[in-house]
Amino acid sequence: MLNPALVAPRPASFAILRREMLRLYRRRGQLIQPPLFFVLVAVLFPFAIGGDEHLLRALAPATVWISVLLATTLSLEDIFRSDQEDGSLEQLVLMAKSLPGACALKALAHWLSTPAPLIAMAALMSSVHDLEADTRSALLISLVLGTPVFSLVGTIGSALTVGVRGGALLLALLILPLYIPVLIFGAGAVRNATLSTATGSEYFFLAGLSVLAATLAPFATAAGLRARLS
Amino acid sequence: MIKTLHKYASPMHFHAVARAWSAPLLWLAAALFLAGLVGGLVLAPADYQQGESFRIIYVHVPSAWLSMFAYLVMAGAGATSLIWRVKLMDAIARAAAPLGASFTALALATGSLWGKPMWGTWWVWDARLTSELLLLLLYLGYMALQSAIDDRRAAARAGAVLAVVGVVNIPIIHYSVEWWSTLHQPATITRLGAPAMATSMLIPLLLMALAFQLLFFALLFIRVRSELLEFEQRASWVREILRQARSR
Amino acid sequence: MHAANPIALDVVDIECLRGDALIFEHLSFSVSAGRVVQILGANGSGKTSLLRMLSGLATPTAGDILWHGEPIRESARFHEQLIYQGISVGFSVSLTVRENLEYALAIAARGAQASTARALARVGLTRYHGTLFGRLSSGQRQRVALARLLLVPAQIWLLDEPLTALDRAGKELLEEMLLGHVESSGIALVATHQPLGIPPGYLQTLDMDRRTAC
Repeated sequence: MLNPALVAPRPASFAILRREMLRLYRRRGQLIQPPLFFVLVAVLFPFAIGGDEHLLRALAPATVWISVLLATTLSLEDIFRSDQEDGSLEQLVLMAKSLPGACALKALAHWLSTPAPLIAMAALMSSVHDLEADTRSALLISLVLGTPVFSLVGTIGSALTVGVRGGALLLALLILPLYIPVLIFGAGAVRNATLSTATGSEYFFLAGLSVLAATLAPFATAAGLRARLS
Repeated sequence: MIKTLHKYASPMHFHAVARAWSAPLLWLAAALFLAGLVGGLVLAPADYQQGESFRIIYVHVPSAWLSMFAYLVMAGAGATSLIWRVKLMDAIARAAAPLGASFTALALATGSLWGKPMWGTWWVWDARLTSELLLLLLYLGYMALQSAIDDRRAAARAGAVLAVVGVVNIPIIHYSVEWWSTLHQPATITRLGAPAMATSMLIPLLLMALAFQLLFFALLFIRVRSELLEFEQRASWVREILRQARSR
Repeated sequence: MHAANPIALDVVDIECLRGDALIFEHLSFSVSAGRVVQILGANGSGKTSLLRMLSGLATPTAGDILWHGEPIRESARFHEQLIYQGISVGFSVSLTVRENLEYALAIAARGAQASTARALARVGLTRYHGTLFGRLSSGQRQRVALARLLLVPAQIWLLDEPLTALDRAGKELLEEMLLGHVESSGIALVATHQPLGIPPGYLQTLDMDRRTAC
């Protein structure tokens, strides 16, 4: 008979998260790339729009949100790519007691690695640009409430396109329509704060979308992984 | 009941049924189209506000309905394939996608045509048109995913997940686009909505809707047949059909 | 000669379709407890596909795979007894050897049947426990996979080309481990064309090219 267990294992969820954080830490030099990309995209707008101060200020909520959205979309492919390449994705699908749970943790790790630093950079930029307090807090709150959807739904897209050639572009095509509601409410919240027509209802929608995504997306991701690996 | 379902879920059987029904459905649809178009273009009175241009609703509204219906078929077939592993559903989902995309494109084109006399431009960011545009993007994404994955069955299953995710998102997208359009469109501007409908206007519309519906099923059957032949190409019944086709 | 062991794994008339290509069809064989099955076959004959179907990652397009009479699709018990080693062994290059093994243990959630230190010692990688997996040679990487086999309790071993890059000492170690495994009534299916030094009483061969199983 096989030997009885000698050592109790760490809880799986802790181990999964720890592994993601370790991998992030080991390539910590690359963590600055999404925030840098965000700054670059945000800088593109004034060059394209021209120097009209008034116009730039009016478009600021839109440019920040779109920059966050694009920077996040570019980072999605990495969620499962290296796992698929080294075979650990198969191990995860086979061994994990709860694959949806593992997918939820992957989404959390993604959020910590990309949207969270982006939000920090947005906070930095908004104080540099001297945005009003209302606008700034609306920006940060809407980002915090809305970006979890980006990570959670993005994980679904990453699972569906893992290993596909031209995957990053295909991923963006699949995912961007699903991001639009968050963009609508997020940028809308900031615009309304700027115009002082804020109702706060946008935050409820954003929070609701995040909760819905947190509940459903992990199952879709798990189903997507099983479909792609078969 | 379950036994009959099982029987028709077999690709071979469904293929036979689809082959039998394609032509009759097409004829029936054609008849209804004729009735509907005569009723709508000739018999129904012109609209008080919009004049003759409103008649495009006889094509626009049914194609918009079908664009949604096709997505429901696609998502429903996908969900059935994932949960109960019914192979036929993979073929149905893949067959429905280009049809749905075409109906959506038709709805957008007719919507544009309708709007031009009213707004003066070919495109406005009206809530419903925008939602239709996003629906088209969802269809195109599904089709892009199918063509990117080589293994047809794995592609169908991945597409099924995408379609189910899409179907959950469609109400969310509709609502958020509504919300967004009320922010920038004052209520006075006429929306792309059907005018208050007299019976003489309603009946042709329903006829056209039914015609479109039958057309959808006819085209779906035609497409499902070729999808099934591709999915099941190793099966003996497929080889028999191909042999018969070649010897003719 | 031991008494016939009950059939543990039953493969019944399975078919493998990859896209439009038929990889194999009408494949049937049985494995009793305490056996090593060596899967032979040319490239493309379906060794990897077969192992993936046995693991549950892929589903046969026809036929069934039974574990103690139960289809593996419905058997949670089956998956709790399984370890699968694909051609890509399944470790992360940016984690150390120790971190990789602890992660493997944690997601399997079955408890470890040895300490990590002892497993590393047995495979000869004690010095490398803190080395990043990406820095190891391919032979050493294969040895980390062996360490995983020593750590994670499993009745069923599915190994796809485990001898790749292993030197002779490594090959002998794997053979030793396989023998120990089947002597404790485990089963193992190993895809490799290299001769396995397993006593004939324990060894079964499955030839994917001629589809003879003996």
